[in-house]
Amino acid sequence: MKALMRFFMRRQNWSLPYFIFMLIFVVLPLVLIFIYAFQDADGNFTFDNFSKFISSPEAANTFVYSIGIAIITTVLCILLGYPAAYILSNRELCRSRVMVVLFILPMWINILVRTLATVALFDFMRLPLGEGALIFGMVYNFLPFMIYPIYNTMQKMDHSYIEAAQDLGANPLKVFTKVMLPLSMPGVMSGVMMVFMPTISTFAIAELLTMNNIKLFGTTIQENINNGMWNYGAALSLIMLVIIFASELFSDSDEERATNEGGII
Amino acid sequence: MGESNFIIELSHISKCYGDKCVLDDVSLFVKKGEFVTILGPSGCGKTTLLKILAGFGTATSGEIKIAGADITDVPPHLRPVNTVFQRYALFPHLNVYDNIAFGLKLKKVKQDEIDARVRKALKMVGMTDYEWRDVNSLSGGQQQRVAIARAIINRPQVLLLDEPLAALDLKMRKDMQMELKDMHKTLGITFVYVTHDQEEALTLSDTIVVMSEGKVQQIGTPTDIYNEPVNSFVADFIGESNILNGEMIRDRVVKFMDREFECVDEGFGENSPVDVVIRPEDVYIMARTDSGMFDGVVQSCIFKGVHYEMTVLTPNGYEIMIQDYNAFEVGQEVSMIVKPSDIHVMRKERICNTFEGKMIDSTHVEILGAQFLCNEVADALEGESVVVEVPFNKVELMDNKEDGQQVGDVRFILYKGDHYHLTVRTADGENIYVDTTDVWDDGDIVGIKIQADDIVIKRKQ
Repeated sequence: MKALMRFFMRRQNWSLPYFIFMLIFVVLPLVLIFIYAFQDADGNFTFDNFSKFISSPEAANTFVYSIGIAIITTVLCILLGYPAAYILSNRELCRSRVMVVLFILPMWINILVRTLATVALFDFMRLPLGEGALIFGMVYNFLPFMIYPIYNTMQKMDHSYIEAAQDLGANPLKVFTKVMLPLSMPGVMSGVMMVFMPTISTFAIAELLTMNNIKLFGTTIQENINNGMWNYGAALSLIMLVIIFASELFSDSDEERATNEGGII
Repeated sequence: MGESNFIIELSHISKCYGDKCVLDDVSLFVKKGEFVTILGPSGCGKTTLLKILAGFGTATSGEIKIAGADITDVPPHLRPVNTVFQRYALFPHLNVYDNIAFGLKLKKVKQDEIDARVRKALKMVGMTDYEWRDVNSLSGGQQQRVAIARAIINRPQVLLLDEPLAALDLKMRKDMQMELKDMHKTLGITFVYVTHDQEEALTLSDTIVVMSEGKVQQIGTPTDIYNEPVNSFVADFIGESNILNGEMIRDRVVKFMDREFECVDEGFGENSPVDVVIRPEDVYIMARTDSGMFDGVVQSCIFKGVHYEMTVLTPNGYEIMIQDYNAFEVGQEVSMIVKPSDIHVMRKERICNTFEGKMIDSTHVEILGAQFLCNEVADALEGESVVVEVPFNKVELMDNKEDGQQVGDVRFILYKGDHYHLTVRTADGENIYVDTTDVWDDGDIVGIKIQADDIVIKRKQ
């Protein structure tokens, strides 16, 4: 009993439940994906799954196409989100926090509900579903994830930097390009992380908004796993993880700044 | 242009938010090459004034001229001034070189000239060879030096400094003060320096502007301000002082602490109430003799490094602060002498609280945004406006704000030897002045109570 008490008194043991949770729901699945990817249906070690991916043009094409869609979505989110974040964080342009909440509000609603609503909207306006609808849906769904980190960095930005730039002779345009923009880059990088990665692996939005006509990489993985092709699906997942991990490494130096200066993560 | 030799002309500047005025009709003229310090407690409007000068804020009314040109509506990036910010405001994404060169690059100065000028500016602030350092890796003092270099490299006509040394430790601050003074001499630029540190102001400035509650209280050289403060606020804020109530008997004779003293002031009229200021270092203290001007008993004695600071209580109940190189033990009987020229006499700003009031009925009057019971005023009309007077010592302050007729917070405390003179800001934004022997702290929330008998109502005819 006493030993048990002592065990619970030690503060480092308090993290144990979380540790177990992470082990079961994060580490173990990753390990399983890794093992499955290098096995055939009978459990023998093989590289077949990967050679199948490289040799089949369909999967590779979907992969390239998905990355393309993700890039377009991210760029559109930056172009739409940056000005929005700028306006929201500017005390002269936007006095109330209500506007911020309105921008963030869609995040409170389930992504499927929003996407179904988008389908209904396109039907109502007699617009064709397809690639355009897909990009619209992706941007609509992920825009708040771009706005919020940028808004956050801008809001925390010390106003005296702007005053200092003005004081040194910068006109409003120069204040923006020389000070505001570089100082808000960590927020943009956080936003890119939040938008780019999830868009690569989306499948529900693609299914609903293109009537299953356009396949994204996420859809391919899901189809394979649904059809019992666990090993091939695991290999595809692994490839996607490696790509995401690489893009994370690529932006690592900026990410470090973002966490220091108020990015979302 | 040629008609005035002032580089900065601020005329009748006011800055108001609704009814509240942060700056109230401030006028200030600065000569070319002068080192001017705007001094005041926090919230007195000094930083607001500097921001208006730099262009970061706009004045509600008034006019600003620099070198003869009206710049009232000119945006900050076109003004011939540069600012050193309190928290440096160095751009974190640029290194030392790019920070300093920021202004010159915007002006499209040639690269080799920029190089030369950055090197010169760094040398001036004692930071040679720091060009390529990341600004975040510098200490507070080094960052402030870079900030100064970044401002002076643009050769502004006026350099504005917003409490630039406030974030540094004492030793560093003293060193930087000397460096700033030297820099001012070498550069020949006009410096406008904002601080709440009176010692800093006295050390650095050619001219000091003392501000309080959005108004200029006094403008003068450090010696003038220290030796001849115009009112009790300035006397209390600049250095240590004994401030006492007194009465000017006739020219060159003033009565305070129940005794007549010879002084050098004239022209106050006969028997007029005044404030008397005596600096603690101007009181000569000695063991009890018959040749002293007044006697007392030492209450406390603290060693302050160079001198001792003693409090002496006189037989008629006044406490006097004295600074002397010799220590006297607590309880020792002493005698004091003050030279006539060290007694500073100032006209009292007010001798009584005076309010604009409104009759509610014949026995109630509205002042300070609240109702007060008063003695009956025969056939008073409802809503009739009257002038109400309340003596300072008749205002009672209560610990519980519910016990008073109105609520206020203590804004300013002045010790007058045997009592405190408080300025209390009431909930409706008016000041009421209170004499009390109770001890209150700055910022205390109090209830204000006035007895009906103490409210004097004067009807307007």
